[in-house]
Amino acid sequence: MVENFVPVLILFLLAAAFGLGTVAISSLLGPKRPTKVKQETYECGMVVDPPAYRPFHVKYYLIAMAFVVFDVEVVFLYPWAVKFKQLGLFGLVEMLVFIFILLVGYAYIWKKGVLEWE
Amino acid sequence: MQIESPNILLIVVAAVVMVLYVFTNSAVLVWVERKVSAHIQRRPGPFEVGPFGLLQTAIDGLKLMAKQLIIPGKADKRLFMLAPVLSFVPPIAALLTVPFGKVVQVQNLDIGILFILSLAALNVLAILIAGWASANKYSLFGAVRSVAQNIAYEIPLLLSLLTAVLWMGTLNLGELVDAQGGFWFVFTPFGFVAFLIYFVTGMAETNRAPFDLPEAESELTAGFHTEYSGMGFGLFFLGEYTNMILVSAIATSLFLGGYNLPFVTLNGEGVLWELIRVLIFLAKAYFLIFVMIWMRWTFPRVRFDQLLNLCWKVLIPFSLVNLAAAAIWIKAVGG
Repeated sequence: MVENFVPVLILFLLAAAFGLGTVAISSLLGPKRPTKVKQETYECGMVVDPPAYRPFHVKYYLIAMAFVVFDVEVVFLYPWAVKFKQLGLFGLVEMLVFIFILLVGYAYIWKKGVLEWE
Repeated sequence: MQIESPNILLIVVAAVVMVLYVFTNSAVLVWVERKVSAHIQRRPGPFEVGPFGLLQTAIDGLKLMAKQLIIPGKADKRLFMLAPVLSFVPPIAALLTVPFGKVVQVQNLDIGILFILSLAALNVLAILIAGWASANKYSLFGAVRSVAQNIAYEIPLLLSLLTAVLWMGTLNLGELVDAQGGFWFVFTPFGFVAFLIYFVTGMAETNRAPFDLPEAESELTAGFHTEYSGMGFGLFFLGEYTNMILVSAIATSLFLGGYNLPFVTLNGEGVLWELIRVLIFLAKAYFLIFVMIWMRWTFPRVRFDQLLNLCWKVLIPFSLVNLAAAAIWIKAVGG
């Protein structure tokens, strides 16, 4: 089975080589005249204020949490889907219960306003 | 692990062809996008360089390579250079298991679709690294938005593909195409709904308008790639167009019957038949790309709350219900 993934490795290395190659050519061909002004952070020529690293809205954190819950659920569903036809009625009912429990949580976060943006 | 040398040679050749294809594909698609958008807006588009402006992208590529690579003084230099490569390599590697024809496929993997999805998920990481390493607020906000968008849209994307996996009972892309034969999955009601959901989420995953919030040039300059110049920017661009062909190729294999015509299965042997199959596959994939370009230049950008609400309140429930309905249908009727 492992040899099936040799092409993956080869293609990875090749694509990375092409990507880095174009950057290398670019650094060979391109001019190299760094100046202080040129290397400043882009801000339409004004003084950068406020700086980039500052807190952003906590909403993003909640969305990320909800994503993890759903994503783990989907990962569970993939092997189930492949073997679904062999699993019989038990497989169907079991998964419907699983999805239903998830939907309860989904209704809860909706009710709590996690999905609202103002 | 024993591997015969001709096999390795063949794989290397296939990999080189794949990388060259990706470069050519991006160059042609940029030209197509500019021409289509121009005609939608009643402009001629590029026409100076070469016949019909065909060489415009090649010249642009050269120009990008001859530009100075500017790394902002405040940026995290290593991460800053890593991000474009990380956004460019995974979609190419993911194309490895796409069945362009019965034989034209670098490697058929049993976990095919899962492999592609795991690589496609890396795109979020590249955008986040780019936005963080740039030390620019536009980049960072673009990246944060992009992560919120991409992870949200990943769920309906996975669920809609899962419907196809459930219907055919395999993750192997070659088998998925064969299982459909002439009766494409999109002809079934569940397949149709899943296809629509997949196509919308696919557009959102490639960060294209009307879902191009991460780049929203009217408010965030250029979003996560504001600070990139020269080939750094070029690689992001190549990555985006490679992602487009990847999204269309998955849609073609899972929903549109791959290289088969509607209600006709092409099983002929020989080079000529294989060529016909590859052409059919590419015709479908490029038609989907044309639709994506068409939508980009026809619809205005959505607002950020609308974007996330569409996903969390419409697409996720619909795709879950669709999946459950498909499962019940298979048990009741026998798929």
